[in-house]
Amino acid sequence: MTSRRSFLAAFYTTLLLVATGTQAQERFITVASTTSTEQSGLFGHLLPAFTKASGIKVRVVALGTGQALDMARRGDADVVFVHDQAAEEKFIVEGYGVKRQEVMYNDFVLIGPKPDPARAAGKDILESLRRIEAAKAPFVSRGDKSGTHAAELRYWKTAGVDLNTRKGLWYRDTGSGMGPALNTAASMNAYILADRGTWLAFKNRGELGIVVEGETRLFNQYGVILVNPARHPHVKQAGGQKFIDWLVSAAGQKMIAEYKIDGEQLFFPNAGR
Amino acid sequence: MGEIATSLVLAGELVATGDERLAAIVMLSLQVSFSATLIACLIGMPLGALLAVGRFPGRRALIVLFNGLMGLPPVVVGLLVYLLLSRAGPLGPFGLLFTPAAMIIAQTVLIVPIVAALARQTIEDEWREYREQLRSLGASRLRSAMTLLWDGRFSLTTSGLAGFGRAIAEVGAVMIVGGNIDGVTRVMTTTIALETSKGDLPLALALGLILIAVVLAVNTAAFVLRQWAEKRWG
Repeated sequence: MTSRRSFLAAFYTTLLLVATGTQAQERFITVASTTSTEQSGLFGHLLPAFTKASGIKVRVVALGTGQALDMARRGDADVVFVHDQAAEEKFIVEGYGVKRQEVMYNDFVLIGPKPDPARAAGKDILESLRRIEAAKAPFVSRGDKSGTHAAELRYWKTAGVDLNTRKGLWYRDTGSGMGPALNTAASMNAYILADRGTWLAFKNRGELGIVVEGETRLFNQYGVILVNPARHPHVKQAGGQKFIDWLVSAAGQKMIAEYKIDGEQLFFPNAGR
Repeated sequence: MGEIATSLVLAGELVATGDERLAAIVMLSLQVSFSATLIACLIGMPLGALLAVGRFPGRRALIVLFNGLMGLPPVVVGLLVYLLLSRAGPLGPFGLLFTPAAMIIAQTVLIVPIVAALARQTIEDEWREYREQLRSLGASRLRSAMTLLWDGRFSLTTSGLAGFGRAIAEVGAVMIVGGNIDGVTRVMTTTIALETSKGDLPLALALGLILIAVVLAVNTAAFVLRQWAEKRWG
């Protein structure tokens, strides 16, 4: 009987140790952001500098823009850092966010197989999309309500292609993040709209290359918003605001400009401009 | 084949250089899944014993239910726990979302049915064998259940290990309730998913190989421990 008792005692002690070990408290804020900022490595570059300057740790949950905003609506984040202006403004109007501040931009690029079977290469994203549709060339869509997905749908609409009627086997709605969607596109040699940051950091390119870039319409603005403490009282207002202030400060903006992959700058700071 | 070879080399290098971040991720994976397994055993094994020995209305339905729940989709468990722990959910005020504790809860929910269902089978087999003996000693059903649990402790390790295997290998639940936060809730499986997203397939596969090695090591340790314990106390 004693061996049984000591066995159980050891069991519960372990349990207690595990429970207390995971409860360690520290100063941190939670930021809901996009896969593009996380997977491009930008946060890995920025956050240590901010933590060093402020003593506040930042926990990033990387989702699509739509999901990130929904997570903040539920009160599960202190700050959102995303890229879909229309959705961000709606978030503010609904009263979930305090104020939207612009931080930086990069651009979208149309990616496609290098032989370019749809002859989509050019300087006009709308014309390229029309050609892809006309050729029924495989096109991979994020289909996940992310900022990139929202932009893609906008381009199709502006190009005059009504996806509801034209959508066929060539249009592949994957419902996945930027990286997984790029993996899919690489394996089926499809066209895909991507943000430049994720594309530059992406390694499994296969036959893919940039087909359209450097067009004004492909501009991709990132904004940052403090979740409204009036709506969610537990929001870490002071820490969250400090992070936002740092992002748009000279120091934060300089850090953003300095982030490069293979000598190429990924994000261009434009706060307060 | 080239990529798989690259992964093998990469996995070897990662282990050989003692990559600190990798070590932290492996430790967190083990901590979370061990804790979940421990709690799931505390809940699931007595539950399995009661299902095996007990006689009450709805017992058969419960047995089928637990057998069925062994196939719980991790994403659904993750979503359920997320909605419970979210600030807008009933357990929101505790602020557990995106912590290792949330991941332990999700994995526990996921594997309690596995542990319970397998434990029930083990205990039921024993019950058939020792039923008359226990009865002649005048043991109540509850008493019998406890005795059989204790007597079957060595065989029951398999149900615990099955639960552990499921817990440490799943990605859907911990991704949702943990958020894959670097240095806080990033475990082996979510790291593998992340590296796959980045298109770094060799690194993702290398991490996968390390995960398999870790799981194998845990099972080997459990096996050796069981042999030793059985010799000593069995």
